[in-house]
Amino acid sequence: MRPGDIAIVGAAESTHIGTVPNVSSTGLALDGAANALADAGLTAKDIDGITTGYFPVADISRQLGIFPKWCDNTVVGGCSWMFQLRNAAAAINAGYCSTVLITYGESGRSTRHLTNSGDFGVRGGLAQQFDLLYGAGMPAAMFCLPVLRYMREYGLTEEQLASVPVAQRKWAALNPRASRHEPLTVHDVLNSPMVAWPIRRDMCCLVSDAGGALVVTSADRAKDFPSPPVYLLGSGGGLEAGLASPAGVRDPLHPEFIRTSGRAAFEAAGITHDDVDHLMIYDAFAHNPIFGLEGLGFVERGEAGPFIAEGNTEPGGRLPMNTSGGGMSYAHTGAYGMLCMLESIRQVRGEAPAQVPDVNIAVCHGWGGFWSACSTLVFGAERP
Amino acid sequence: MAHPLVPVPTPETQPYWDGVTAGELRLPRCEDCTTVYFPPSPVCPNCTSRTIAWITASGDASLYSYVIHQRPSKLWNADGPMSVALIALAEGPMLLSTVIGCPQTPEALVLDMPLRATFIPFEEIKVLAFVPAEEQS
Repeated sequence: MRPGDIAIVGAAESTHIGTVPNVSSTGLALDGAANALADAGLTAKDIDGITTGYFPVADISRQLGIFPKWCDNTVVGGCSWMFQLRNAAAAINAGYCSTVLITYGESGRSTRHLTNSGDFGVRGGLAQQFDLLYGAGMPAAMFCLPVLRYMREYGLTEEQLASVPVAQRKWAALNPRASRHEPLTVHDVLNSPMVAWPIRRDMCCLVSDAGGALVVTSADRAKDFPSPPVYLLGSGGGLEAGLASPAGVRDPLHPEFIRTSGRAAFEAAGITHDDVDHLMIYDAFAHNPIFGLEGLGFVERGEAGPFIAEGNTEPGGRLPMNTSGGGMSYAHTGAYGMLCMLESIRQVRGEAPAQVPDVNIAVCHGWGGFWSACSTLVFGAERP
Repeated sequence: MAHPLVPVPTPETQPYWDGVTAGELRLPRCEDCTTVYFPPSPVCPNCTSRTIAWITASGDASLYSYVIHQRPSKLWNADGPMSVALIALAEGPMLLSTVIGCPQTPEALVLDMPLRATFIPFEEIKVLAFVPAEEQS
């Protein structure tokens, strides 16, 4: 597979996101799927491959009237849909199917019929036996475990950590669809209630309802669709620890699985960091973009906190990042990977509410399973 | 049926839980490459050997990193915030646990502080926790 052989020709969120109490998780997925099909100018009859993630493939297929000959139900947490896009690209390239619908929905806030086959707490599972009892029900207690060690090793200050949501709120202020718009200062963040020291409320993501979907096909057909194609130039993935615990990550401050994923994506795309016009790094918590910037090699070890605090990722900065407002200000359902990709795609198409000028290359990096998995994608406006 | 947070052993992890009941931290050790590892597995994660023995660990450990969880599960019967910690065992493996027996404050919980394993009631079973080493007699 060469860079740009596969294109995203349909992409959409559910009609409503944020607080959507009258729609179930499945309903959000179906609504997002119908919106993405409409965006591609297709109907269900045109789809011969499907991925679902949290739902039984047959349920979603049946409700949409799709009869797939290829499917994937990879679940590794929030970045599952990024892995699914990567798998769909390989399947199309192999000739297993021609047009794949990647579906996602989660009633994370309203918990309407929340179907979650990615349940980390299954009885007798490793997480249920050894991890969840210590920090159950609170992702901050699991995901944020390495933060304190990182702060001591590299001198990251609470102010620098607080500057991450502050930078993203500046993007959210430009985005009418974001859940939070009001100005946010470092002082505000450091005075928000403590959740899991050193993590405060405003360093945590929102809890939202949302769905979304992608339509993926061969780039040879990409010009046949009404929306501008977004080409998949490269992809990577990595897994390291168990589903709920950073304890299995061999070097928790600089995990190998991030470098593995990033290297694969950049090498496949044939790009360097200087080529990147736009960046998404999945932000369930404020430290995630810091670890991502370093793991992907955009900055050296220990530099990401000051890099963000100095404004480099804000509107007008040299590396625009999390331009929807991110999980901390836009929306975060529980599994944010689909929403993360959709902002990258909007930016490459040139149709984002807070549009960055001339986005030719966009990198999207997501996490899964409280830091046990990650995936990196490189999107492009042109087929090389 | 027990609360969903109460650990459910499997045949492969039963020796660990038998150790907890007996007040010992038992870990699997590969007889071929000598790696001591966690969590339990019938296959060595270092060399794929299936010749595994269980050892009784020293219980010595140190505090790698942690958060102070403001709202722990009621099952802990904690009267306030509770630490959730990454614990580096003297034998090598890292695991998730909590540090008790000291104030749950940044001042009392110092990175790299020496710890010792202890076992505390959790519903109808016991689970692993750690205390500052100097608290042990």
